[in-house]
Amino acid sequence: MTTKAMYSPAPPRPISFAFLAQIILIMNSFIMLYPVVVMVFSAFKSTGEIFEHPFALPDFTQVQNFTRVLGETSMPTYFVNSIIVTGTSIVLILVLGTMAGYAVARYESRTNTFILLFFLAGLMLPLKLAVIPLFILLRDLNLLDSRWSLIVTYTAIGLPSAVFIMAGFLRSLPSELEDAARIDGASEPRIMWSVMLPLARPPMAIAAIQNAVPIWNDFFFPLVFIQTDDYKTLPQGLTTFMGEYTTDWGMLFAGLTIAAAPITLLYIALSRQFIQGMTAGAVK
Amino acid sequence: MANVSIRDVRKSFGPVSIIKGVDVDIQDGEFVILVGPSGCGKSTLLRMIAGLEDITDGEIRIGSRVVNDIPPKDRDIAMVFQSYALYPHMTVAENMAFSLRLKGVPKAEQGKRVQEAAASLGLTQLLDRYPRQLSGGQRQRVAMGRAIVRDPQVFLFDEPLSNLDAKLRVAMRAEIKELHQRLKTTTVYVTHDQIEAMTMADKIVVMHDGIVEQVGAPLELYDRPANRFVAGFIGSPAMNFIDGRLEKAGFTLASGAVLSLGAQPPVPVGAKLTYGIRPEHLQVMSPGEPDSIPATVAVVEPTGSDTTLMVKVEGGSLTVLLRERCSLKPGEAIALRPVSHQSHLFDERGRRIASV
Repeated sequence: MTTKAMYSPAPPRPISFAFLAQIILIMNSFIMLYPVVVMVFSAFKSTGEIFEHPFALPDFTQVQNFTRVLGETSMPTYFVNSIIVTGTSIVLILVLGTMAGYAVARYESRTNTFILLFFLAGLMLPLKLAVIPLFILLRDLNLLDSRWSLIVTYTAIGLPSAVFIMAGFLRSLPSELEDAARIDGASEPRIMWSVMLPLARPPMAIAAIQNAVPIWNDFFFPLVFIQTDDYKTLPQGLTTFMGEYTTDWGMLFAGLTIAAAPITLLYIALSRQFIQGMTAGAVK
Repeated sequence: MANVSIRDVRKSFGPVSIIKGVDVDIQDGEFVILVGPSGCGKSTLLRMIAGLEDITDGEIRIGSRVVNDIPPKDRDIAMVFQSYALYPHMTVAENMAFSLRLKGVPKAEQGKRVQEAAASLGLTQLLDRYPRQLSGGQRQRVAMGRAIVRDPQVFLFDEPLSNLDAKLRVAMRAEIKELHQRLKTTTVYVTHDQIEAMTMADKIVVMHDGIVEQVGAPLELYDRPANRFVAGFIGSPAMNFIDGRLEKAGFTLASGAVLSLGAQPPVPVGAKLTYGIRPEHLQVMSPGEPDSIPATVAVVEPTGSDTTLMVKVEGGSLTVLLRERCSLKPGEAIALRPVSHQSHLFDERGRRIASV
């Protein structure tokens, strides 16, 4: 009896939830990475190779797609345009959004709530609906077919969320910090710059990423506003690679890889702050 | 260093008036404590001295200057906040040097003054740490260091010890007092804790409902409170108040018990009065003794060094503080006799009219 009991098999352990979650997450990352990997692989293949062996590992020394994209097309111009437009828009969004957020969060006045609601209204309205009046407005301002047409539009689209994020965060900072700085001899801009901004880095990273990705990838507004090739941004510029009858897929993928690289790197660089900001206040 | 003079200062937020005409004179080098229950306006008054709140009416002078319209940074003051308000993204050294940096003091001089202040507060080992890596007491010390490096004319403290645990609070109390004795800088300190006020102050300003109830040295307030509010606020456990009226024989309680008075108070016989007596000035007698109040023991609280009794009397309860241990049991009948010359009489408006 005792021996039998000793040799009875142990009951099967239930698979833990955490283990299952890990498997699902790993599978999900494969699905997410798959198109990116195919894009990068295809950038090193000729059009023929892409169709013959779509999933094969390419010869990474074959960089002629990249040299041709950078040497023979307007790709460098598009790239610079994208950087100028996205960079300027983000800087404007952060500077104006933080200042407005600080004012809304701290200075007591009757118009405060109204101003915040006004900004929030901007979150509800998709600006694409207003593209025709916007087009007329930009035409009257003589901004059409220039980088500024995109910058002002993107800044306007990005401001509401930036103000919302910054006001919420700045309100959570204790006002005694500002009082202490005021007694220490800091002027109002100095308080903003030396005390508030260093503390507001996580929400600023959120506002930056959250706006930079859609601006960088936007196809719609450049298509409507920009005609001159010199002012085109990457998403619009890349369409010129798609011929009516033939398309050089290898070159297109090389262009896409170049286009995707900066924003991916930016995301990786800021993701820690991003996650910090998203979870701030979740614990403690 | 400088004296601070507050003349008929008022503050209102819209129609609500918070401070209703306050006059206080603070001498050069004095340690003055503003004390009062929450909402009495003491913190608002301190913030007005600091320049963080506008002055609705009246005048505040620091030294010979009227500072009503001078911004905080030009008032030559330093303030320690209840939450310490250390800049989280700066090290201890940077926190302490921030005001010097803004003033454009040369780097070498900054370093020297920070080192000196840190050494005097025992912070030298912590200069490279961030506030989040410090304990509550250390943060408190950094906040004081930040004030000291500026060598201001006036120190302002806004309930600096209320975030510390009881033991640390006692230690820091002594440290702040020692610091003041060393630096001799004029100090205005706000607290709601009357023990802090009694132990630290040269002069206490008792505030209530936006006005000053009494100004004086700690023991002066304890021995000669101007009115019933001060009498009840200063001292722990609080003073006992017994309602009754003045008769020929002495102070007569509602129960008929009579307490003889050492001197005749300046009010007519028959006047309604309140008799105030501190818990340590009541003696326990056996029941039936003349010139005493009959009572029943309700609760006995021994603390080791002394014993607090809660007793029931007709129409209320009293607290008795005995300096020795006692064998009284709840339910026992006793009598209480006031120690002579230690009680106060208050009129119907709460003013002290005599001490007997």
